Amino acid sequence: MTPLRTFLEEKRRRQEKILSVYLTAGFPDAEATLPLLEAIVEGGADMIELGIPFSDPQADGPTIQAASQKALAAGMTTSGALKILAEFRRKHDIPILMMGYANPFYQMGWEQLLNEAAAAGNAGFIIPDMPPEESATLDKAMAAQGMSLINLVSPNTPENRIEMINERTSGFIYAVSVTGITGARSSLPEQTAHFLKNLRQKTDHPFLVGFGVSNVETARALSQLSDGVIIGSAVINRIATAENLESACLSVREFLQEIKAAI
Amino acid sequence: MTMTTMQNDFYHPGEQGKFGDFGGKFVPEILMPALEELQIAYEEARQDPVFTETFQAYLREYVGRANPLTLADRLSELLGGAKIYLKREDLNHTGAHKINNVIGQLLLAQKMGKKRIIAETGAGQHGVATATVAAKFGMPCFVYMGETDIERQRLNVLRMELLGATVVPVSSGSRTLKDAINEAIRDWVTNVEDTFYCIGSVVGPHPYPMIVRDFQSVIGQETRQQCLEKEGRLPDAVVACVGGGSNAMGMFAPFVADESVELHGVEAGGRGNAPGDHSATLSYGAPGILHGMKTYLLQTNDGQVSDVHSVSAGLDYPGVGPEHAFLKDRGRVFYDAVTDDEAMEGMKLLSRTEGIIPALETAHAVIYTANLAKKMRPDQSVVICLSGRGDKDMITVAEILEKENGKR
Repeated sequence: MTPLRTFLEEKRRRQEKILSVYLTAGFPDAEATLPLLEAIVEGGADMIELGIPFSDPQADGPTIQAASQKALAAGMTTSGALKILAEFRRKHDIPILMMGYANPFYQMGWEQLLNEAAAAGNAGFIIPDMPPEESATLDKAMAAQGMSLINLVSPNTPENRIEMINERTSGFIYAVSVTGITGARSSLPEQTAHFLKNLRQKTDHPFLVGFGVSNVETARALSQLSDGVIIGSAVINRIATAENLESACLSVREFLQEIKAAI
Repeated sequence: MTMTTMQNDFYHPGEQGKFGDFGGKFVPEILMPALEELQIAYEEARQDPVFTETFQAYLREYVGRANPLTLADRLSELLGGAKIYLKREDLNHTGAHKINNVIGQLLLAQKMGKKRIIAETGAGQHGVATATVAAKFGMPCFVYMGETDIERQRLNVLRMELLGATVVPVSSGSRTLKDAINEAIRDWVTNVEDTFYCIGSVVGPHPYPMIVRDFQSVIGQETRQQCLEKEGRLPDAVVACVGGGSNAMGMFAPFVADESVELHGVEAGGRGNAPGDHSATLSYGAPGILHGMKTYLLQTNDGQVSDVHSVSAGLDYPGVGPEHAFLKDRGRVFYDAVTDDEAMEGMKLLSRTEGIIPALETAHAVIYTANLAKKMRPDQSVVICLSGRGDKDMITVAEILEKENGKR
């Protein structure tokens, strides 16, 4: 069992829901990331997804696209994000995962990436453009170093693929709430609940729901049908519209505290 | 008449779409069922004589195929080397090779019961071809196009709108072709149930590179037949320009097994070999993952996709089809780059010797062939894939000529 899975099992045993928060590394600049991570922890996050910016984020909506561009313009790199991750882990025990598109990881070289990530204390990887077909050797290599590759399942994923993903899961399943791209949505379609209820019957693995979780109502409703929720764009929006880093931290902390109380 | 199907002997990349280490399906999970659905529909279609006959009927009656293999006798004589032939894709309806693929894909879309067509376009040629066939088939069509390209290719935007398509401006990233593809993928992810994504080149996740190659292979098949009729043997060399690489792949595929035929792919060398000044992916790039495929990419050391440049908007792409990456590494095709200035020379050369104004993309292959043919014997022959006509480039050319005249 990977350390991430042990952590998730413990949460389950205590019947606690998980709040996982996504933050683009280096947004709006490298200096902001550690203070923002602190605010996210103070807001009550149980888990963090550190986004590695990419020039061509195909699964992301305008909010995370803009954050990625800004982070890249300010000089963020995969190595830079690994340094931040290591620094964060020196102070905090909570699991932190790297989330990014395949190419920047591939360019660093998987072996070097996995060695450095493991040394930094990374719990796992979420790579949206790396479906299970392309990651058969990769997830074994990650597991050998105590890290989990997280696969995604969406409302249109057929039974046979859910089965395959089930077999390959060592951490949790990332349940995509809607067929679409990332981004805050004020409400989610009726089918989302149906999808999550169905998924619950198909898997014993923990699963967290992401995409479109933007307010107390959606977070509460979705957490009842899952092991927890993932919030990304709604947090990035608050940072993007804040006047300075201090008010961004304050706004993020208060927002997450509300969410945390609701789930 | 015997019933034929589209079965062929070309390289089959298998269930997972691997051309050696290249290709694959690097897409979000949401798209995996759609790719499987497309794969199944295509495998059925290619074994179905009725589908094949319908495809060929449209190519004949609507596109105007077969187009000729024209002997460029004045150009050949001027250069004093090999006999040069031109495969006349410029004579197709809409003026380029793009429409071959669009007919095939939209027939597949119909067969799959998809109601809505989306496409990306750079210069606008694939967008125009898609808008054209969508109009003919009565399907709503949305074309994603970078804002930079919309400014550069106003005329093609008007053509698409006149054909009833909606041109959707893309303001993200570099606002060119790669960003248009990103945005088309985002649309597809969101509307995957009823939408068919008509990709314009031999790029993207499996099965697209294989499907587009197969639909475009009519170029090479006709060329092979016509060359045998005219010369009594196969050509000694075949040359095509490569951006994403669909005209080249369609031309090369039927010749890959003929070891005596040299294959040459010509990339856009732009203003020079500094990053950002060209879009010569196979010449200067390194393997990477973008738009659903592993292939050569122009990118930074940190794996960010580079900005690219070419005088021809149709070659302005930081990736290339995975089968080209495979053929390069196997040494079957030679890839090289020619500059913007050389391409302009190629355009003038063909216009003045043969009375044919080629597209700027095609002009890269023309000038490369001029240099190649000089080194060959008069009893040898070389074919250029004349992928498109140059009318669309007149504004760009006017700007270049004005600058040249200003210098004098």
